Amino acid sequence: MIRLEDVSFWYDGQSRPTLDRVNLSIDEGELAVLVGRTGAGKSTLLGTLNGLVPHFTGGHLEGKVFVAGTTTQERPPREFAHLIGVVGQDPLAGFVTDTVEEELAYGMEQLGLRPDVMRRRVEETLDLLGIAELRRRPLRTLSGGQQQRVAIGSVLTTHPQVLVLDEPTSALDPTAAEDVLATLSRLVHDLGTAVVIAEHRMERVIPFADTLIYVDSDGRVHSDTPERLLRTVPIAPPIVELGRLAQWEPLPLSVRDARRQAGPLREQLELVQPPPRRSVSADEPLLHAENVVVRYGPKVAVRGVDLELRPGQVLAMMGRNGSGKSSLLWAIQGSGPRQAGAVEVDGKDPHELSSADARRLVGLVPQTASDLLYLETVDAECRAGDAESKTDVGTCRRLLDSLAPGVEGAQHPRDLSEGQRLSLVLAVQLAAAPPVLLLDEPTRGLDYTAKTAFADVVRRLADEGRSVVVATHDVEFVATVADRALVMAEGDIVSDGSTYDVLGGSPAFAPQVAKVLGGDWLTVREVADALV
Amino acid sequence: MSTGRPWSTYFLPRDLHPGAWWLWAIGIATAASRTTNPWLLMSMLAVVCYVVVARRTDAPWAMSFRLYLYLGALIVVMRCVFRVIFGGGEGATILFTLPEIPLPAWAAGIRLFGAVSAESLLGGFYDGLRLATMVVCLGAANALANPKRLLASLPPALYEVGTAVVVALSVFPQLAESTLRVNRARRLRGNTAKGKRALKTIIIPVLEDALDRSLQLAASMDSRGYGRAGDATRGARLSTGTLMVSGLVGLCVGIYGTLDGTTPRYLAGPMLAIGVGLALAGFGLAGRRVTRTRYRPDRWRPAEILTAASGPFVAAAMLVSTAADPAALSPSLTTLAWPLLAWTPLAVVLVGLLPACLTPRPEPPYAGFDDESSGVEANVDEPTGDASADGSPNPARSRAFALTGRSR
Repeated sequence: MIRLEDVSFWYDGQSRPTLDRVNLSIDEGELAVLVGRTGAGKSTLLGTLNGLVPHFTGGHLEGKVFVAGTTTQERPPREFAHLIGVVGQDPLAGFVTDTVEEELAYGMEQLGLRPDVMRRRVEETLDLLGIAELRRRPLRTLSGGQQQRVAIGSVLTTHPQVLVLDEPTSALDPTAAEDVLATLSRLVHDLGTAVVIAEHRMERVIPFADTLIYVDSDGRVHSDTPERLLRTVPIAPPIVELGRLAQWEPLPLSVRDARRQAGPLREQLELVQPPPRRSVSADEPLLHAENVVVRYGPKVAVRGVDLELRPGQVLAMMGRNGSGKSSLLWAIQGSGPRQAGAVEVDGKDPHELSSADARRLVGLVPQTASDLLYLETVDAECRAGDAESKTDVGTCRRLLDSLAPGVEGAQHPRDLSEGQRLSLVLAVQLAAAPPVLLLDEPTRGLDYTAKTAFADVVRRLADEGRSVVVATHDVEFVATVADRALVMAEGDIVSDGSTYDVLGGSPAFAPQVAKVLGGDWLTVREVADALV
Repeated sequence: MSTGRPWSTYFLPRDLHPGAWWLWAIGIATAASRTTNPWLLMSMLAVVCYVVVARRTDAPWAMSFRLYLYLGALIVVMRCVFRVIFGGGEGATILFTLPEIPLPAWAAGIRLFGAVSAESLLGGFYDGLRLATMVVCLGAANALANPKRLLASLPPALYEVGTAVVVALSVFPQLAESTLRVNRARRLRGNTAKGKRALKTIIIPVLEDALDRSLQLAASMDSRGYGRAGDATRGARLSTGTLMVSGLVGLCVGIYGTLDGTTPRYLAGPMLAIGVGLALAGFGLAGRRVTRTRYRPDRWRPAEILTAASGPFVAAAMLVSTAADPAALSPSLTTLAWPLLAWTPLAVVLVGLLPACLTPRPEPPYAGFDDESSGVEANVDEPTGDASADGSPNPARSRAFALTGRSR
């Protein structure tokens, strides 16, 4: 279907190729998962498949990309619309029309299909993706998972032979992500569509994959079956790490496979001490919130929540999209609306202080961290951070070096990697030395290595006596970093307790290791430590 | 085409072609422009309001009708106030006299305050009412016709322009959203600077965001086939362009001639016809090279034809009666008397009421039953960008798929 022959690619002004002599072929009905470090060129590789790279992005492409026998050199991307469907990272940004039904029809209109064919395909696609009840809804009012499915549907209506998706589940909560992946696996099985997915959180997609494509940091591409390739690839989901640790043969890719091989390991673990539980600290709480209510018109986002944050503790806040996590964080910080209740940090209510004083008590890193950056260089941002916090010159830079060593001062913040940019924003916020730090979805777009590094940072911040709150969908990250976890639903806290109690016992939130070995074990690191 | 449909489907709820509503409204507005009789104008207002109330949806653009009513009222009031301020002395019946402000000699011809006559006040009122009625007619068209559908039913030749306008329109809510978000984020940095410095801290992230989004949109449109095989020769482009431009000029002159009763008649009807003809030829020529099709286009069915015909009928009948009985349409302002209401023009105006009862009701905006609530929820929750309440409709079903996914 798609064949890449000796493809190399350079962005303008780069000496090192982003892709280096790639040979690859994707066949009918194949589900290929594309993995690699952030910035390794996954999106670039996806772009070459329909010619967006280099027709749209610029740069220099060598070698040939064949799509159904035609090279992408000969024709612009739009001439491949009937063969390849591309879904970008942010579905909302790619929508052209404004209701579901029109969006589904848009691609077909461009191809000039007959109206009766269009009508039939729209109805079929609505049913195929389970979104028939959304047909007249404006796209902006849909939830993330629904938008993602509409985006997939909007390229499916042209009956492409290959579907290309760039991180389709990165912004979704676990249930919505599962829905989207189930839809994709159904397409592969029922329609024979080939699917190529780039994904950071491999644990969800690997069980479905026929082929794994790994882009290494030199731009070389390796492709093989997941079982074989995962033995050597440096980034791997927890289940594979566990399999490597226990030397299971064949390497398990799904929880089911792992459980069937886990018998001996489980017996072995019963003999050793379960991992030491991080003690829930009994110190005086740093932040005390009582009966917090946040409303937007008739809709209640936070419904009278009580919360205490203690020093040295990492609290993970989970719950589906729209359950009130962000609203609660903003209300605690003092910048967001709060209709009732009281928040007290150090005897003061941050809501009543000026924003400069509030951030000395509670620091917040919002979901789109880059909103906080507006200057041309990292150094300028750091200097501005020092001035805003009225601290000694160099504080922010020192913090940045301790969080992410080796960031060049002359770089533009936009050119940093996701992890470095997050560190920069974190450093700017930490310069004000707040005892309480709130992080809203910090791990979005981070690969496994960056996530591990970030988990260490969060742990260190807490060990220095701060109280850290992380709102996230990423259960594996919660398992590595949090002492305490709470789950929100419809503005209420529905469960709150130690990470082991909240994650271990829940079918929706249990990390992979817990699903295999039981609720006492949450991470591969714990198992490895216990076995030594 | 669809005239053979049984009448049982005639009244099934559906959205009317937006063009039909515009023709209807423009017809009534044209009729309003030819009269100053307050009874007629008020009956037109009543007709338009009734039709809007009977046939509008809950969509945001439909809710804007109220604003047009306010605007109309403002116009009437302003007209009267101006008459009072700038000398409303013409006429015999002086209502009251305000102290006049003497102006220097070079401002002769302008008078500030002074005597106010009933005739001049009434003239202001009639004039204002006429303008207000026309404005309300446009508001009615805006409320009844989905603007996006209107753009979508542009002739194929204008498709690119239509898409550009739709995309541009959707940029504004996005800009507003990201400005809000960035402004809130600014407070997190304790940055409360004002003026030029503050502008920079807001504009740079917002523009970056907007640029990112538009690049993504362009990439998405390109990979979905936008602008496929749109190759036309230079000559074809030139001739279509010429036809279109001259057609539009003809249209403008024709419309001006029709609306202004004092222009020579040959500039009205004939010019309008020539303009329409040229523009149609241009559209046809440009449309022929378009390979695109349209999903569920709005069709002209009997209800549309009836609606679209009723407006121009009112206008035409009003033009005819201007010629027959000018006095009934423009009540005299020299001798003060109650304006008379003639039966013929009133009956003509009432024809404009037909769409209120002889068209199908609009379809409810959401086809689902329980999904409205989740839509509202998604809108208001989560202050930061990713606003969403996930209503994954059937988890059990999707789990089942997940299980079939792979069984190694």
